[in-house]
Parts: sequence; structure tokens; C-alpha cells
Amino acid sequence: MQQHTISLLVENKFGVQARIANLFSGKGYNMDSICVAETENPELSRMTIVTTGDDMVIEQIIKQLNRLINVLKVVDLTFEDHINRELALIKINCTATTRSSIIQIADIFQAKIVDISPKTLTIEVTGGHSKVQACINMLQPFGIKEMARTGIVALRREYTGRSPDWSSSKIPA
Amino acid sequence: MQTVKEKEKEKKMVAEPNIFTKQRLTGSEILVRSLIEEGVEHVFGYPGGVVIPVFDKLYNLSRPKIVLCRHEQGAQHMADGYARASGKVGVCLVTSGPAATNLVTGIATSFMDSIPVVHLTGQVGTTAIGNDAFQEVDIIGITRPITKHSYLVRDVNEITRTIKEAFYIARTGRPGPVLVDLPKDVLLSETEFHYPETVNIPGYKPTENGHIQQIRKAAEVMATAKRPVLYVGGGAIASNAAGELNELAHKTNIPVTTTLLGLGAFPENDPLSLGMLGMHGTWYSNMAVNECDLLIAVGSRFDDRVTGKVDAFAPKAKFIHIDIDPASISKNIKVDYPIVGSCRSVLKDLLPLVQTSDTHDWLEMIGHWKQTHPLKYKKSEKIKPQYVIEAIHEVCGDDTILSSDVGQHQMWLALHYKFIKPRTNVTSGGLGTMGFGFPAAIGAALASPGRKVVAVVGDGGFQMTAQEISTAVGQRLEIIVAIINNGFLGMVRQWQELFFGKRYSHTCLEYTNPDFVKLVEAYGAVGMRVERHDEVVPVLQKAMQVKNLPVFIDFRVDRHENVFPMIPPGKMATDIIE
Ligand SMILES: Cc1ncc(C[n+]2csc(CCOP(=O)(O)OP(=O)(O)O)c2C)c(N)n1
Repeated sequence: MQQHTISLLVENKFGVQARIANLFSGKGYNMDSICVAETENPELSRMTIVTTGDDMVIEQIIKQLNRLINVLKVVDLTFEDHINRELALIKINCTATTRSSIIQIADIFQAKIVDISPKTLTIEVTGGHSKVQACINMLQPFGIKEMARTGIVALRREYTGRSPDWSSSKIPA
Repeated sequence: MQTVKEKEKEKKMVAEPNIFTKQRLTGSEILVRSLIEEGVEHVFGYPGGVVIPVFDKLYNLSRPKIVLCRHEQGAQHMADGYARASGKVGVCLVTSGPAATNLVTGIATSFMDSIPVVHLTGQVGTTAIGNDAFQEVDIIGITRPITKHSYLVRDVNEITRTIKEAFYIARTGRPGPVLVDLPKDVLLSETEFHYPETVNIPGYKPTENGHIQQIRKAAEVMATAKRPVLYVGGGAIASNAAGELNELAHKTNIPVTTTLLGLGAFPENDPLSLGMLGMHGTWYSNMAVNECDLLIAVGSRFDDRVTGKVDAFAPKAKFIHIDIDPASISKNIKVDYPIVGSCRSVLKDLLPLVQTSDTHDWLEMIGHWKQTHPLKYKKSEKIKPQYVIEAIHEVCGDDTILSSDVGQHQMWLALHYKFIKPRTNVTSGGLGTMGFGFPAAIGAALASPGRKVVAVVGDGGFQMTAQEISTAVGQRLEIIVAIINNGFLGMVRQWQELFFGKRYSHTCLEYTNPDFVKLVEAYGAVGMRVERHDEVVPVLQKAMQVKNLPVFIDFRVDRHENVFPMIPPGKMATDIIE
């Protein structure tokens, strides 16, 4: 069982996200995170799905996604050179005494303070999944009041020295 | 009842709709014009609020002709049977809400067996959607997992393109059901009619032709195999590959076994035929698969009713898998030589590359198995259901289209009827939908004028859609419905006998079954009853002579007959009970 990052190009139409979510729930596939928004072309959306499964399951997931009429491209980025990022908003309990330690931790992670109140600080952190997780772990002891994470977004790196592998897509790159 | 003359008179009284000459058309008119463009001849439907305007436009047309069912499930199975028998796209038209939900079982049936059916459902007006309006249901949401694709049409200008795409998607690639939801206001608004000539769906480009490198490799392995078997499924029928398959089997001398849906793809009177494989397959087909060193899957999907225990399926074999749907390949079993493409195209490309394999010893071994473990049943005074099946073949001939319901009778038909031609076998395999057989026969009959259609149904399943007797009578169809009446939900009773200590919990129908002869007579159909072995053939012959009406024959068969061979669920070929 391995975690895979799958990038999809889909038509930006009514009901497309529901179709994909339905496929995962109907077939019992794991969906660790899903992230979707319009691309540079307003008719298309890019979706990044993080899922876990053995090789046969991942192969099925990719094939089943390809089967959906509204899906244009499916790429498993896991073994490709790619950039992935996640954003988290973390609201932490703080007091006058803990405030500066929290800010220090935020600095180490190059996180921003985006809101402040007498009893809380809200931090925005971006990075790869493990960096965001590490930041959350460090902040945990102060007491996280609320948190929102986007899930992973990812793109393949352009200069990898290799030709792009869109072999699992329906239209040639 | 109205006479034909009265009907004609009434038709003339209603002004002809000028949908062919008007500049601007309503959504309903555009829908009808689009169906005409698609060459639709029959629309299986039922009217209601939202679709009244569409029915209105179809009122005077001879093409497409509305076939009025008595329950929307019936309409769906008819459209499905129509598609299976003809290879054309079946069409259903029903209103919103309860009518749309009545389609669901049928849509799932078509989806599981990859049958091209386009469903047109009415929907409440676009501004009412989401408001729990009268007869509103999210049918797109409900059917999302059981359709190949679906559309909610939100603008009258989108109707033509949507219909074009719906038919294209339904019939191409791996065929399947498509649903088009049509809101009331869209059906009433007006625009000009322009039917697109081509489709352009960027995310849908099914692979028709197989990769030639892969096909070459397959030919090489086939040449060296000592004990190869062709394992053929519904994909061979869907792609009309029976001719190529026949050529391939004979050129290579490779024996052929088919799945339930593959029956008819290869003539069962051919010495190379092994009949059906799987849970209720022949002894020798299951043994051949168990012993083979190469299994060539052609448009079949390694369903669990075929494989039994997956790890023990064809344990000595390498696998070639030809299928148009990449997702079918290596889903249940890891395949050595995948070939994505339509069966017909791939077999065509494969044919010139293969050589005659030396399968002499292998065929001899299989011949020996056929002799020592033939299909058999105990002959007796009572009417044996297997005998009824044989008699149907004898009386009705190879060209007859057989539809079946689900249960023991379905398996007896699959085993004891020798299917010779493709598209003569209409049955619900993947979903196993009771109630399918009879309405599907109506659809098959309308698709095949001049050909005999026989439905083989159980006394249980027949009662699930028996209301369609009205439809069959109304259409004056000369179909024969053979009710294999054992007074039980036979297949369930068989499992209870074998696996539940003969505790027949709620499977006896005998005391509450209707008098089937009286029942069908009440509808104006012809009913016959057969209680003795020697009446089977003469009554069938008599039924063949009946004109302009469906005939229902109540065959009072041996109540305790079971279907054998049988591989118990989850077991392997060598656990087969004869
Ligand atoms: C809609 C539906 N409900 C239940 C079943 C489960 N089932 C499978 S076979 C069977 C018995 C069928 O009995 P009958 O129609 O009398 O045919 P027989 O097996 O006796 O030939 C049942 C209940 C089913 N396949 N479909």
C-alpha cells in the first residue's frame, strides 16, 4: 500500500466533481484528499487526488477515472518529479506568555500570522505535506482551536530531463 | 377497445404537426426531430406531466413509434431487449420523479451487461430544481453509478448536441446506458433546429484497434500453447465478432467456451464448442479451463460467477485478454498479454498472424471428457424442465431469439439450448434481474419483425413484470412465453436444499400462484397448459401457429429438479458437483 498523488484534468462542468467522488465511494477506493479549481482555461479544472492502495488498485483507479467522459487526462505523479503544496490555517490558543514562542515556531516554518486576538493566533503555513504536518505537530502542545487544510495540489516539474509521460491519458500530450 | 379504423379516424382529426417545416421549434419538437435524425424506430415509454408535450409531438408519427408499456421498468427492459437483439440503441421515454426511479433496476441491468440504451426522463423546470417540487427527483444523482454517462439539459439550444452525444456514447466503445434529463421549461422553449453532423467529446476516445505489437505477441504465444482455450464473453457479441471468432477457432483448432452473455457468439453444435463455463457451466468447459496453459479472453471480464475462487481459476494458464475497456483488464486477474480494442477489430488483425496450433492431443482429451461427463438429466414421467428447453429448440429452430428471466430456468436454457447464432440470447447476466425476461422479449420481437421470439421465464420472475401482457397484446406480438412453473423460487430453493439444510424459507409459490392460463386470458392473450411429458412438443407446435397474439404456456415441470453441474460459490473447478 502506497500513497499516490494523481493529477486530473477535467471539464469544468456541473456535476463532474460528484462523478469523481461517486466513483471513489462506489468502488471503495481511499481518498486521502481532493483539491480542485479552475485552470488557466476556464473550461477545464485541475484536480489533485491523494489516494492509497496497492498497485492493482491504483491501476484500477486510473483506468476508472479515464473511463469518465468528463475526464481529459489522468497522470500519476507519484513517481514523476513534481511539486506539491498544501496550505493550512491553524488557530491556536495563546496567552501573553506563549505568544512569542508560537511566533518563533511560525517563523521557522516561514508561516504567516494572519489573525490575532487576545486569546488566539491564526497561522497560515504552506509547503509539502510533511512540512505542514511538522508545523502542526510543533503547534499542537499550545492547543489548536480550529484548523482548515486544503489538501495537496501538485504539478509536474517541467525540466526533468525526461520527456513527459502522459501514457495513461486519453489524448496525446 | 378501439378498433384500428377508429384509431385511424382519430389520427386524421388531429392536425399534423409541422415540425419539419417550422422555422422555430419547441424543445419537445427538437427532441423528436433529433430522435428521427438518430434513426430511432421505437420509443418505449409511459407518459406523465413533464413529457406530455413530447408524447404530443410523437402522437401522429409512424417513426419513431411509441410503444406504451404498463410500468416504466417494463419499458426499460423492452428497450434493453431491443438493443440486445438488434445491436441498435434502445430508447426509453418517461416522465420525472416516480417514473424516472422506476427505470433504475433496468438501467443497472443494462449497465452491468454493457447494453446501449438512451433514457429520456422529464424533469421539473430548471428554476424549480432543488425545491422538492412535485415529482422532482435527482435522477442524475441516483443513476450516476449505473450509467455510462448522463446529462441534465439546461438550455433548449443544447438538446441536439446532447442527443447526438448520448447516442454516440451509448453505442461506441464499451456500450452502456446513458440518461438525458429534460426539464419542463427546456422542453417548452423555442429555438431553431440544427442537428450536428459530428460529435467532439475531448474526454472520450475509445480505442477501436488493438496495438499491433501486442497482437503479434499474442499470436506467438498462441502458436506455442499446447492446451489453449478461447473464453468468450458478451464483448464478442457487442462488437459483432462472431464471424472472426469462428474463423480464428477453426484456423487455430482452439476450443471455445463462452460466458452466459457470450452464448451465441460461437455455434454450440461445433465440435470445438465447450458450452458455457463457470458456476453452472459444463463439466468439460470448467475442466478445460482448469487444465489449460493459455486462456484467451475475448470480451469477457473474469466475473466471479465465471472464476469462482479467483486464485484457483485457470491455475496453469497464461492469460491473453482482448477487451475494449482498459478497466476490465487486470481488474480481477493479472493478465500477461493485454490487448485494448474492439474484439472484432483485434480478431481481424490477429487472424492473418496465427498458425494452426497442434492441439490434437488436447482436443482428444476434451473429447474424452465430453463423453465421460456429458450434460445430462434424469428422464422421467414428469416434465423435466431441461426437456422443455430441448423441445423449444427442436420446434422453434436456430433462428429463434430466446430471452430468459433469472433463476434455474435461465441456467437450464443456457446449458441445454444449443445457441447457434449471435444475438439470439437475451438474458440479464451481470445483475441477474428477475422480471427482465418477458418485457425484454417484447423489445426483441419489435426489433426483429418476422422472427420468432420465445421468453423462458420462471413462475416467480414472470410475476414481477406480468403487467406487460397488456403491452404484448396491444402490439399483437406473436411471442411465446414458456413459464417453467415449478411452484418455487427454484434457484433459491436449490441453494436452501444444498446449503441451508432443506429449510425452504419463503420460496414456495405453489399455493398462491395465479392460474396463469386464466390470467393471460383476462388480458386477451392465449394461454395453454402442459401437464404431461408427451404434450410438450405438440403444444409448442400449436403455439407456433397462433397469429397476432402472444401465447403463454404454463409448463408444470418437476418441482424438485436442480441445476447441475454446479461449482459451489467461492469454490474451484475441481469442486464441481455433477
Ligand atoms: C429482482 C430480483 N429479486 C430477487 C432475486 C434473487 N433470485 C434469484 S433466482 C430467484 C428465484 C427465481 O424463481 P423463479 O422465477 O420461479 O425461477 P426458477 O429459479 O424457479 O426457475 C430469486 C428470488 C433476483 N435475482 N432478482
